[in-house]
Amino acid sequence: MSGATGVWGALGTLIRRDLLLALRRRAQVLNPLVFFVIVVTLFPLGLGPAPNLLQKLAPGVLWVAALLSAMLSLEAMFHSDFEDGSLEQLLLVPQPVFIIVLAKALTHWLLSGLPLLLLAPILALWLHLPNEAILVLLITLALGTPVLSLIGAIGVALTVGLRRGGVLLSLLVLPLYIPVLIMGAGAVDSAAAGLSVGEHLSILGALLAFAVTLAPWAAGAALRISVE
Amino acid sequence: MWLWIHKFGSPKYFYSVSGKLLPWVAGATVLLIVMGLYLGLVTSPADYQQRETVRIMYIHVPSAWNSMFIYLLMAVAAAIGLIWNIKLADIVAAVSAPIGASFTFITLVTGSLWGKPMWGTWWEWDARLTSELILLFLYLGYIALQSAFEDRRLAARASAVLAIVGAVNVPIIYYSVQWWNTLHQPQSLGVGMSTIHLSMLWPLLIMALGFKLLYVVILLMRTRAEVLERERNNAWVQELAQALAGRDFFRSGNEYR
Amino acid sequence: MGTSVRQSPREYNPLVAADEDQPALTAENLACERGDRLLFSGLNISLDAGNLMLVEGPNGSGKTSLLRILCGLAQPSAGVVRWRGEEIGKARERYCAELMYLGHNHGVKGDFTPYENLQIARDLAGAQSAVTLDDALYDVGLAGFEDAPARTLSAGQRRRVALARLLVTQARLWVMDEPFTALDTDGVMLVEKMLERHLAQGGMALVSTHHEVRVTEVNIIRLELR
Repeated sequence: MSGATGVWGALGTLIRRDLLLALRRRAQVLNPLVFFVIVVTLFPLGLGPAPNLLQKLAPGVLWVAALLSAMLSLEAMFHSDFEDGSLEQLLLVPQPVFIIVLAKALTHWLLSGLPLLLLAPILALWLHLPNEAILVLLITLALGTPVLSLIGAIGVALTVGLRRGGVLLSLLVLPLYIPVLIMGAGAVDSAAAGLSVGEHLSILGALLAFAVTLAPWAAGAALRISVE
Repeated sequence: MWLWIHKFGSPKYFYSVSGKLLPWVAGATVLLIVMGLYLGLVTSPADYQQRETVRIMYIHVPSAWNSMFIYLLMAVAAAIGLIWNIKLADIVAAVSAPIGASFTFITLVTGSLWGKPMWGTWWEWDARLTSELILLFLYLGYIALQSAFEDRRLAARASAVLAIVGAVNVPIIYYSVQWWNTLHQPQSLGVGMSTIHLSMLWPLLIMALGFKLLYVVILLMRTRAEVLERERNNAWVQELAQALAGRDFFRSGNEYR
Repeated sequence: MGTSVRQSPREYNPLVAADEDQPALTAENLACERGDRLLFSGLNISLDAGNLMLVEGPNGSGKTSLLRILCGLAQPSAGVVRWRGEEIGKARERYCAELMYLGHNHGVKGDFTPYENLQIARDLAGAQSAVTLDDALYDVGLAGFEDAPARTLSAGQRRRVALARLLVTQARLWVMDEPFTALDTDGVMLVEKMLERHLAQGGMALVSTHHEVRVTEVNIIRLELR
């Protein structure tokens, strides 16, 4: 008799499982990150390379690109598990369903949110964002991208059983991302203007706490409906 | 209370009661809206700052109130349907969405019409209008999800989860948009009506009540139609159809005359 | 079929045999609709230790729907399912700890090796059996295939991986939807052997199938859906 038992053990097993799966399908993980870089690159090409303009637009551009790339990778969260029947097996694991969703959202963040933290400073430099704003950008991404994964989990859980779920997913999820976008981009904007960002960051933190507590329940309920 | 919910939740009972209720509510709606329009468009004064355009408010504000009220009501109905498995609540939630979306759309159009003389532009990223726009997106997402499922029961349950998540998010979105707005364009604050004269308040309140009842009328009509459609295999609907056929409304099951 | 609960559910220990008087799995007055079609209604089920229930019926008669309802994966339009007297919705985790489900899509990950697939299933299960992963793979005839990605195996071999999952966990109730699909003659015999042993040890099984199941010394209950 070995192996993991209890809630935390199950959480660990699930995260290890999904990370291992991602390791076997590296392209699926890398594509949204490349997408992030390309989208950000499009802006200087579309707007012209004037540093003032780019600096002004940088917070919004970086955050919108982060939103879109998080959304692109969302579908992978439950899709293959749904197709091959693993999702049914996961829902029959003797653990609360929200643990499964939490593990999925956490893995999604590790693979899509965390790498953005590494890429963002380089892209911020390309867009001539001042150094202090880059630091704030990293903090907002660290607080905001987990919220994207958690809210996204609800959206994917609702649409995973549908044949054309992809576009619908963005329709459901993007409006719910707006507060994160406002706070995230707003904080970087304020930092670039030399203003204080404490309020933005505490609201982002509150959003994160809120999402961690509620989103797994909603996504769990949605998942059970989708598998039916 | 519990018994009442179950009794009223039975489609047949709802159908007969709502049928008796409908003419009265419809009459009251017409009365209130006519009265409100008369007071608003004829007897109430023009604003000293906004002139005659202030009268758009009598449509705009009641629509805006309705748009949020209906979303909330939709979420509550959806939650009741999800938790207690009451079909009528599912139907109420499902048919409320297009009505709410329509009111949201009216709010946006009238807001935009108001914006042209007031701000000199058809669209201003004002906090209230922006929130309404996002609310419209939420409605559209709900409607899209609802129609994506083939099975009605799954559609109702899935969209109920979305409606609840949306309802929790509406205040968050509203406040963050307001905050975003004050940061980016402090000048547009204060354009709204902070104080309002009684001669304008009365028509506004009457219109608001009229619009609420208008929603109830449309809701009852659409719910009744949906109840008939979903219960079409049940005995009481068949009897109803036979009775109507006797009066020559129906030729066959679905052919109108 | 009003069942009374004698032992408190909290004190229940999965390793202690069930109360003999009380059927472990009961369902009352189950109904299932798909769209506008009523698949079945007024269905009563009672399954006890050592019993095998065969769910039979033509395609589209609701066999899969019934099994999924009994697992708690789908909601019935009416009726309740109870596990040891408790509604499965309320005792979900206790129920799942004693349940193994083998569906049409058996949930074997193509990117994992059979060994990894089993390891994860065992780590997430409620109670693990003493059988080692290697022994389980040997028993289902996959010795030598432990380290190949499951996607390179044949359909029948992948189904055998799913079957091995039943061996490394100690579930009392097996729910199998068409377990003989894609299996060769040896595979069919393997499933029958597994069922025999499981039922002899006081387990129970719900199996939907078109085949005849040749098991000896087992009490078979047949449920015909039309």
